[in-house]
Amino acid sequence: MDTRDTPEQAELRRSAGQLARELAPATVADLDDTTRAKRLAGAVREAGWLELRDDAGDGAPLASAVEAAIVAEALGASVADVAFSGPVLAADLARRAGVPLPDNAAIVLAPSLTVTAAVAGEQTTTPVYAVDAGSEPLDAVYALVSTEAGHRLGRLALEAVTVTPEGSDLTRSVRGITSGAPVHIADQRGPLTDDDLASWTALGLALTSADLVGVMRGVLGVTVAYAAERQQFGVPVGSFQAVQHLLAEAQCLMEGSASVAAYASWAVDELEPNDARATGRVAKAYCARAARTVCETAIQVHGGIGNTWECIAHVYLRRALLSSEWFGDDGEQLHELQRERLGVTDGLS
Amino acid sequence: MDFRDSPEEAEFRARLRAWLADNNPRLPTSSTDDKYWAGQAEWHTSLHDAGFFGLSWPSRYGGQDLPPVFDVILDEELTSAGAPPRPSLGYLVQGLTVHASDEVKDRFLPGIISGRDRWCQGFSEPDAGSDLASLRTTAVRDGDDYVIDGHKIWTSYSDVADWCFLLARTDRDVPKHKGISSFAVPMHQPGIEQRPLRMINGITSEFGQVLFDGARVPAANMIGEPGEGWRIAMTIVSHEREPGELGYVARYAKTVQELEASVRADPGAFRGDQREAVAWAHVQTEMLRLHVCRRLSERLDGIDHGPGGSIDKLLMTWVEQTVGAAALDVSGAAAATDTDNLALKIYLYGRAQSVMGGTSQIQKGIVATRILGLPTA
Repeated sequence: MDTRDTPEQAELRRSAGQLARELAPATVADLDDTTRAKRLAGAVREAGWLELRDDAGDGAPLASAVEAAIVAEALGASVADVAFSGPVLAADLARRAGVPLPDNAAIVLAPSLTVTAAVAGEQTTTPVYAVDAGSEPLDAVYALVSTEAGHRLGRLALEAVTVTPEGSDLTRSVRGITSGAPVHIADQRGPLTDDDLASWTALGLALTSADLVGVMRGVLGVTVAYAAERQQFGVPVGSFQAVQHLLAEAQCLMEGSASVAAYASWAVDELEPNDARATGRVAKAYCARAARTVCETAIQVHGGIGNTWECIAHVYLRRALLSSEWFGDDGEQLHELQRERLGVTDGLS
Repeated sequence: MDFRDSPEEAEFRARLRAWLADNNPRLPTSSTDDKYWAGQAEWHTSLHDAGFFGLSWPSRYGGQDLPPVFDVILDEELTSAGAPPRPSLGYLVQGLTVHASDEVKDRFLPGIISGRDRWCQGFSEPDAGSDLASLRTTAVRDGDDYVIDGHKIWTSYSDVADWCFLLARTDRDVPKHKGISSFAVPMHQPGIEQRPLRMINGITSEFGQVLFDGARVPAANMIGEPGEGWRIAMTIVSHEREPGELGYVARYAKTVQELEASVRADPGAFRGDQREAVAWAHVQTEMLRLHVCRRLSERLDGIDHGPGGSIDKLLMTWVEQTVGAAALDVSGAAAATDTDNLALKIYLYGRAQSVMGGTSQIQKGIVATRILGLPTA
């Protein structure tokens, strides 16, 4: 056992962090700078990070989930407004189904944003959502389809429906697709197995947890710097014990989250699928609760400024809210853990 | 990043598991029962003599010369066997290792590590808790000895200790942090009186106070140099704050396993909030287990005696108090109708975790100023 980064992982962490710091928005106003955003998207594509979970040729992914989580954390830490986890998760599921993905493809989820089949018949009957699918027009949209034979990967015919930008995260898109889209089974290898879905869920839980760790790390950096600089009563507000203790608690929550999220990312490719998913649930439950507290603390420490649109703290909080809901928040994970570990059935909860 | 056992780790795990199958003393949960403390010494020596304690410490002193992460395996296997946690004294070993002369290390480390000599830590005093440096116990040179007078309190294991790792003032004429020295004081002598303290959960072993009235300690038993006591104390408390050093993960995980088993036996008998409390206690305990994996892996780069232990201590405190609260929640009215209720005792004992080894407020101050670099008032 050695949980330290390998030299390659340390280098990836360093380079992803550097790229994100250079090209991600440093202020709320930067979010409107489309030239910068395009450069960021180009750099992420150029680095090959969107292909980390593509098929290496033998059915295995090109890189481990640990590498993908390292990039997700770095992008979260700088609230990078670029699609990453969405395309990576789409590629991962497409690899398992044997479907070659066109550019600008997305996987849609049911309104709960958890891994529930989005479609139960020949067309969608509720709105479905593509999370973190970028801002370009979508060329292809896939959904999990529940059939008698099991879960299939279906392709939605988009001509019949409307795709609209929605969502509260200012750095990643959530695109709503109205109901009534015809669905055509697209998988090449028959139904996805339970193991496929458990592993894919584990990856989703690991990447969203890693993003939350990054969000906490990033917002704490911004907030500690502000507390050291902002003066009231003639001294920095960060010299007050009441403020110090809030920030110290937040730091602990971030470090605990980093420890538990690292294991979840390793587990995706190394543990049995059900165990990897359970590990992901533990990580996500911890990280989602922690991130909410840490981001709320950040806004509190920023005081009145923290409650204005111009302060970047709410950009972190909004990102944390989406990453928490995506693949299920802490309440959802605790609910599932009760089923898995305590023998609780749905009817009881 | 690799959480899997290496071949050597897997071999160790299998050997440990086999040994535990035959050698689990099946003591009651530590911290809730005086019977646990009565059997703890025997558990320590038996674990050590089988080669399963002091894993990362030098073989010269009775350790096993293994990488620090082997303690993770020890904690995991103790948990799954339902065995008692490992003895919590690594912080004293760290203090001696960093500060004592080779001669003092040779004299004392083998006995501490093997469990044949039992130690307590004489730091806190009635008027020196968080403000430890204001301690008043004195050590005055008299020939080849020092003579000790003073009053120590909240002293764990003082009832069974052969030795006290004592902080005492040796110089009143320098600033308070600089006039403190530390000693290995023999406990079995006329000038020392030990009085048990009853903890809020009712147990009377483990916790005590120690009165020194003309007790004597040879000058050769000084640990480190005269005036080095404060730095030694800071080394010790930095590790006393680390769950990786204390092995407490096994204790928390054992409680969570027992709570899960009781809910699984009849899930319908528990409300949703009770079941969620148990699930959350599992999440918290897993977080701490993995945090310890990370910290002990980081020790492969060398042991850090810095402020990071304060983060670990706060995480550990939240876990212990979350687990205690879950036990209390699950027990329902039983904790209110029976003062011997196990969940009540676990819960009450957990209140001490945010005080011992430095209060949570002290830890937060350390994290804010020394890790986050915030200015002091």
